[in-house]
Amino acid sequence: MRGKNSKITKLVLAGALFACLIGVLRPALALDRAAMEKLALGDGDERLEGIAALVAEGDPRAGAVLGALADGEMQTASKRILIVKGDDATDAVTGEKIAPLPAEREDVMVNNRLRGAVQDALAALKLVSPDRDIRFAAAKELAGGTVAGMLPLVKKALAKERDAEIRELLVHTAASLELKADDIQTRLAAVRTLGLSGSGNAKRLLLSVLESETNDDVRVEAKQSLAQVNDRLAWGERAGLLFAGISLGSILLLAALGLAITYGLMGVINMAHGELIMIGAYATYVVQNLFKAHLPAAFDAYLLCAVPVAFAASALVGMVLERSVIRWLYGRPLETLLATWGISLVLIQAVRTLFGAQNVQVENPAFMSGGVEILANVVLPWSRIVIVLFAGAVLAGVWLLLTRTRLGLFVRGVTQNRAMASCVGVPTARVDTLAFGLGSGIAGLAGCALSQIGNVGPDLGQSYIVDSFMVVVLGGVGQLAGTVYAALGLGFANKLLESWSGAVLAKIVVLVFIIIFIQKRPQGMFALKGRSVET
Amino acid sequence: MSGPLGNAFTRLYGARGWAVLTLCGMILFVVFPLLNLAVPAGSAFHVSAYWVTLIGKIMCFAIVAVAMDLIWGYCGILSLGHGLFFALGGYGMGMYLMRQIGRDGQYRSDLPDFMVFLDWKQLPWHWWNSDSFAWALFLAVAVPGVLAFVFGYFAFRSRIKGVYFSIITQALTFAAMLLFFRNETGFGGNNGFTDFKRILGYSITTPETRMVLFTVTAAVLIATLLLGRYLVTSKFGRVLAAIRDAEQRVMFCGYNTLHYKLFVWTLSAVLCGIAGALYVTQVGIINPGEMSPANSIEIAIWVAVGGRGTLVGAIVGAGVVNGAKSFFTQAFPEYWLYVLGMMFILVTLFLPQGIVGLLNKSRTAR
Repeated sequence: MRGKNSKITKLVLAGALFACLIGVLRPALALDRAAMEKLALGDGDERLEGIAALVAEGDPRAGAVLGALADGEMQTASKRILIVKGDDATDAVTGEKIAPLPAEREDVMVNNRLRGAVQDALAALKLVSPDRDIRFAAAKELAGGTVAGMLPLVKKALAKERDAEIRELLVHTAASLELKADDIQTRLAAVRTLGLSGSGNAKRLLLSVLESETNDDVRVEAKQSLAQVNDRLAWGERAGLLFAGISLGSILLLAALGLAITYGLMGVINMAHGELIMIGAYATYVVQNLFKAHLPAAFDAYLLCAVPVAFAASALVGMVLERSVIRWLYGRPLETLLATWGISLVLIQAVRTLFGAQNVQVENPAFMSGGVEILANVVLPWSRIVIVLFAGAVLAGVWLLLTRTRLGLFVRGVTQNRAMASCVGVPTARVDTLAFGLGSGIAGLAGCALSQIGNVGPDLGQSYIVDSFMVVVLGGVGQLAGTVYAALGLGFANKLLESWSGAVLAKIVVLVFIIIFIQKRPQGMFALKGRSVET
Repeated sequence: MSGPLGNAFTRLYGARGWAVLTLCGMILFVVFPLLNLAVPAGSAFHVSAYWVTLIGKIMCFAIVAVAMDLIWGYCGILSLGHGLFFALGGYGMGMYLMRQIGRDGQYRSDLPDFMVFLDWKQLPWHWWNSDSFAWALFLAVAVPGVLAFVFGYFAFRSRIKGVYFSIITQALTFAAMLLFFRNETGFGGNNGFTDFKRILGYSITTPETRMVLFTVTAAVLIATLLLGRYLVTSKFGRVLAAIRDAEQRVMFCGYNTLHYKLFVWTLSAVLCGIAGALYVTQVGIINPGEMSPANSIEIAIWVAVGGRGTLVGAIVGAGVVNGAKSFFTQAFPEYWLYVLGMMFILVTLFLPQGIVGLLNKSRTAR
């Protein structure tokens, strides 16, 4: 196998060299006839050599010819090679038009192997395109390719390339192609170069080197490089895990922050909290539809508009609930729990009646699609990054509201001592309503954020209610800091366990951990200190 | 009646209470079987298999409701995880019923179908002895009991109560549901157990077998009610109610409330396990959906609708809510959640004593 490969490589290299020479000696009026004939009339390996020779020059016309070959438009008539499009035919070598279509033509057959080579060749040709984005895409496409014939062109492109990102990809591609070179020094250099990369592809290539390489020096070098690559990959995985933890933590934080106010500060068990999240998500959906219908030009801005709408919708529903049901149950937490559970059932069914039982489609605005690549194997999606930032902003907002405003002062006052607050003239009933509205509105914001990364359906809230209660219970009631730590901690713990035990087991382990933790510290991590017996 | 035994009887219920109970017993043990088995199917008085299954199912739920009332109505502990104990009892019996299918499954194998499907070659360890009926009964009682005992011991020892306790019981049943949804757990994944063929060698679908299961369920229900009544009218029941109303004071009086709570909590779980075992034989399916937090909260509303702290109220509530459920889910499926949701809201707001409380009030007002 190796022997045959190296023979092909030799031939291809020779062909490429020859083609380069011709290219230098002769003005590029026409494509290399010999190469074309090999491609169209030759068989097996000859045709691959033909492709390599054509591509080596980086002539854009070669692209047209190869494209025609891939599309099945190349035909032969006796010794001439034609590109036939409908009734028009051109000579593939000279580019002349051929007026009467020759009667006896044969299709040039393309098998899978050849097709793969043509694809790589087409990508390689794009490497010399003046457009950076095209070059970048081509370099990415080639990064996995192992067709030896592309090497000259890759090297040529590398010599001209100025863009660091593309250079890196090209160096990697060149190295992976040079792994099959005959010269030991070249192979050593290639293995070393691959060691500097951090991609899974490099790891795969190095593993294959270890399998097939016969030279001991190269093997030693490959082992070293492999260790380096593995190390880098591990860092990438760690970074990815870290981000996944932060991301999940920020989602939990958003879902639980509203609960930290209604339950943590006001002591109201709101089982309908998940449904308030769902209302926020549906509000986002409605705003999106309005923008689609009436302002398609400004569609990307719908999210900015949806944030206040989601807040308002959930806050309004929350305040109505507080006035109509929850108000009468203050001081009876178990009854509140049951009543709010009933509310959640009614809300779910109401949404089903209004919007249907199926999930609805909420599209990301353009600026949230795609992601940032921070390492070869770590891509951070923009939507997640935006949500982490959004969670931070909401947290900061809530903190400011509670510590720096009059309403916040009142809320804290009522929390600490309702009777005394009432005595000094705080309108406790209204503060209750407003605080509950605030907590509900934050649930709406959470729904708005969740609509960007998950399904929006009537059951959306149900999947978050257990989690968000766990966050609040774990964090301890009465203050926001506990909620933040608990949300991030649970996010990390979940993702960490997920990476070695799977999602479901991770969730079970976390729940069991919380149940055990609560035994030890029934008041959560950050309990308010006090000497009261009844807690 | 006189003598110690007579005293025990009169303590449970008055003459009228016993009369009503006997009447109910007569209906369940004599009238119902006769109408189902002896009256021909075309007759207007015939009770169809549908009704036998429905009422049997509701009686199982009523046992759960009584168990719930014991801990919530009398001891003030609201559990949102009783569906777990119910389902565990069901799974314990379900394992036996699966083994009773024998080679009549789709794959004609000694192993239950889902194991063949997963390409397992032998029974996993927790299926040990699962072809024994006595062992199934033992599992249905012991597994919920031991789980409740261990969980309750740690929870009550740390003095977790009120809403905290409710929420962690919810987390417990949620975690168990996720666990049972996994195929690897060895309980059939999300399909659970179904397609049962026979029990103790008798075909499980014949009217006679069904009627036997029905009367057994009725007997267990009545026994549960009497046991509950016996407990709550005893001194033990007084302490429970005292714990519900002022736990600190009871502790300061020198009672170790842990023991009282732990006993009634474990008993409640065991009753749920028995109910689950009876349920699975009659309804013919058990799956992890029974452990969903929503199901467990529904148990609380049965008790709340009927009236907390009355035991009879729990049975009435289970009957009313589940009767309404089977009516609505057939006639107006899209309105059932509205009705259930409104039931939660209105009962907690306006009917804290439930239906039985309403009846008592109207009787005393007269």
